[in-house]
Amino acid sequence: MNGVHDMGGMQDMGPVQEEKNEPVFHHPWEGRVFAMYRATGAWRKWNIDAARYSRELIPPAEYLRMSYYEKWYVGLVDLLTARGLVTRAEVESGKPALGSSKATPPLKANQIHETEALGASTKRNVSVLPRFQDGQRVRARNINPVGHTRLPRYARGKLGTIDRDYGVFVFPDTNAQFLGENPQHVYAVRFSARELWGEQAKPQDTVYLSMWDDYLEPA
Amino acid sequence: MKATRRDFLATAATAAGAAAAGDLAAHAQDLEHTHAHAHQAVPSDMALRVKSLESLLVEKGLVDRAALDALIDTYEHKVGPRNGAQVVARAWVDPAYKQRLLTDSDKAIAELGFGGQQGEHMVVVENTPAVHNMVVCTLCSCYPWPVLGLPPVWYKSAPYRSRSVIDPRGVLREFGLELPEDVEVRVWDSTAELRYLVLPERPSGTETLSEDALAALVTRDAMIGVAKVPPLRQGGAK
Repeated sequence: MNGVHDMGGMQDMGPVQEEKNEPVFHHPWEGRVFAMYRATGAWRKWNIDAARYSRELIPPAEYLRMSYYEKWYVGLVDLLTARGLVTRAEVESGKPALGSSKATPPLKANQIHETEALGASTKRNVSVLPRFQDGQRVRARNINPVGHTRLPRYARGKLGTIDRDYGVFVFPDTNAQFLGENPQHVYAVRFSARELWGEQAKPQDTVYLSMWDDYLEPA
Repeated sequence: MKATRRDFLATAATAAGAAAAGDLAAHAQDLEHTHAHAHQAVPSDMALRVKSLESLLVEKGLVDRAALDALIDTYEHKVGPRNGAQVVARAWVDPAYKQRLLTDSDKAIAELGFGGQQGEHMVVVENTPAVHNMVVCTLCSCYPWPVLGLPPVWYKSAPYRSRSVIDPRGVLREFGLELPEDVEVRVWDSTAELRYLVLPERPSGTETLSEDALAALVTRDAMIGVAKVPPLRQGGAK
């Protein structure tokens, strides 16, 4: 989706403002949102791509206005309701529906160290032939899907070079909508800054993006 | 596009939880009124909405409150940029480790006990006098948690996400870093499940420092690539 989250190359967003001695969370509720998102993920009702998509669906003006963890809160409520863990009425009342049964949380405090250290890889140990080789010239496809994609607008239609093959990973465009993992090779693709931005860029500067096979065509 | 889902998302942050028990809603409105001008970016009743959601999830048995506490404790106190600093310092003192770090980053980082969530697949990129690497996630907020912790607000902000790729030198200038004209700037946009760590240049004047003392010099910003580790002044370290 050509949404406002796809920010690469936009201008006029103002200066980067660094905060000295920034806390991890600015308010206790931010930490609670972060932790609830992680803990409810243990129900495996969604995946990381669906979670990103839930935040991308926030309307543009709201997306720009909201703080980071506000967006996470909204995305979390969307996931919880869309995937049937809670109802909108329950979120609005803050109370379980009458007669609803109580579940057992899949993630316990004493498991956190292990789950965080283990991670959740989206690399897949399956045999899929790469469509491109190191050093090959490629063009990022000019596609404009209305769903989730990790191919930023600023790279579409641009010429680049395969820098390296990272292996086979879940494809976000289908995974985000629960349409299958569709595993395929991901490459580091090197783009000249001039190819992306024209003469204003320095000739030696480069931008590297990670791209799945389906984002690329031979050049 | 699902209109109902979209509409719900538009109102979720402003409506969800506000229809909770009457006193809660009234309290929320009071807070909103009081702080409307001071905190426009963050509705002041977020705390109440989040509290309402948490009690719902706990009551339904969907989350364990102690697990939430443990997750917060992990990222507030255990995982953070001091981890990455240890990796960098080791690479500075041990050339064989540095080689492993650049060629098989996951394993080399795991040697120091780090890895996992949002750092499952790491790529370490080395800054040199000729090449300056910097890392961004233009689409969201991808960041190598096991070595750097959770990202700072500026990294997730529209100004950084938008301009890093089109005007990296201008962004670096805002961080106080002016790069020579002939240096190659490489921007790494974290568009997939690879996470990047910049190996900064070892500053001059640090030849006699221990690994721990070196680690203490390494900053988070240098490992994102928006700063250098500053040269040590003569006699400035023990």
